[in-house]
Amino acid sequence: MTQVTRDPAWAGRVFWTLAGLAVLWPALVLSEFKPWVLLGPDALKPALRFVGDFFPPRTDTEFLLLLARETWRTVAMATAGLTLALLLAVPLALLSVRVLSLSALAGSMAPVPAALRQLVRWVLMLLRSVPELVWALVFVRVVGLGPTSGVLAIALTYGGMLGKVYADILESSDTHATSSLMRNGSGRLQAFFYALLPQTAAELTSYTVYRWECAIRSSAVLGFVGAGGLGQLMDSSMKMFNGSEVASILLVFMALVWLADRMSAALRKALA
Amino acid sequence: MKIQLKGLSGCHPAAKPGTTPALRGVSLDVSAGEQLAVIGPSGAGKTTLLHLLACALKPASGSLLLDGQDPWQLSRSALQKQRGALFLAPQVPPLPPRQRVVTAVLAGRLPHEGLWASLRSLFYPVDIPRAEQALAGFDLAYKLFERVDRLSGGERQRVGLARALVSEASLLLVDEPLSALDPTRSEHAMQTLTQAARERGATLVATLHHVEMALAHFPRILGLRDGAVAFDLPASAVTPAHLQALYAQHLHELNGPAIAPDDAIPSAAEPVVMLCR
Repeated sequence: MTQVTRDPAWAGRVFWTLAGLAVLWPALVLSEFKPWVLLGPDALKPALRFVGDFFPPRTDTEFLLLLARETWRTVAMATAGLTLALLLAVPLALLSVRVLSLSALAGSMAPVPAALRQLVRWVLMLLRSVPELVWALVFVRVVGLGPTSGVLAIALTYGGMLGKVYADILESSDTHATSSLMRNGSGRLQAFFYALLPQTAAELTSYTVYRWECAIRSSAVLGFVGAGGLGQLMDSSMKMFNGSEVASILLVFMALVWLADRMSAALRKALA
Repeated sequence: MKIQLKGLSGCHPAAKPGTTPALRGVSLDVSAGEQLAVIGPSGAGKTTLLHLLACALKPASGSLLLDGQDPWQLSRSALQKQRGALFLAPQVPPLPPRQRVVTAVLAGRLPHEGLWASLRSLFYPVDIPRAEQALAGFDLAYKLFERVDRLSGGERQRVGLARALVSEASLLLVDEPLSALDPTRSEHAMQTLTQAARERGATLVATLHHVEMALAHFPRILGLRDGAVAFDLPASAVTPAHLQALYAQHLHELNGPAIAPDDAIPSAAEPVVMLCR
């Protein structure tokens, strides 16, 4: 190989790889990343015993009935939480969308509506920046142990997330149809229902179903702080090192996620 | 609706400050019920003129009076009400791809009905006969319940024009209505439009690439060049010399076929992939 045919990008590539590793190293140290402790004999044995317990999953009738009831409760929690979140997210998203501003049709937005939109964006940020686990801990103290606190926690956090993402989807869509309608004198909500919504319905639906899936998983975590559902069941099984029960619960989770995935695909197909 | 322009200038909304306005010092009087065709080479300011008339664009200078009233002096809600009396049909038909034709046409009636009536119309179209009649004027009645994204570019353009027919606007502003239509369809569409405007006494202002079509269907022709009025004459007084001067250096636009329309209607965007935390 002669000097001329050497790849000129080679030196840069090596440099950036080494630089990346150099940045990664302190991060690994800081996060106490020591995977080899997993393989130590006194760590490996109990872990393997626990995982070995996973098989066979527990399938007696009594447990399956309990599992079915708690699954239903988890789905209900996620659905109720998401419905409440929608009630919060839809009006906030519509308020914060610039595309539906009449004053922005010709020139820049008027100062009062602009300030209102910024305020709504901050509210959405506040709602979603507090993790649902924290909201759940707050509500467990207010309304006591049980699914209610889980539902409220999901409603608040997911309201913030959905509102922000809805607003982003609406903003980034093609606005030609919407602005044309508003230019011809229709109202903002009319323009939303006749132009912006049909333009974005598939994305909005797909994202909402995806969030429903997230809410199911999230309600499992919330169960650990006493908000009921599959999570609480899993918590007690874990505490008693009952691997076969944990395995059954995990299988139910997979089934739920698969179901949500199929549902979202079907809805997207129907709306495409 | 009566239009009076005095020294009107306007910039394209996306123009950088400091650039020359797309329309400079245009003065024009159009009486109620008149029909006016605006011709001129591309970049002459035809679309900007329509946008200014539609109150979609604020004039940079000069005055615009609609029925003797400056719309930009009105409050925001009154201006929006005034816009309901204007109808602007953009060159690219503003139709959401997943909407049905009947809904897309009836959307032209939104300014004249309340929110509840329009929501009910989404569940069951309130005024199917009106939509069908408007579409029939453009030979599209049989597409009433088709979806917009199943239509061809020319069909979409005609749906956009049918929307103008169902609105109750007293000023119709139509931007290049024929850019995606073949000659026979163009002829018919032009007849339907001018006749509809005549029947309801609405003022009609259309920009046209197709000069012969403009001369054949409009009594008055406004020639625009480089953002200024080149001539404003009755159609019978427009001579080939006028047209040669108007289209100098752009003769291919005068003689050649109409510029291919931008009928790339944005189709349904790919669903955004989003990850959970």
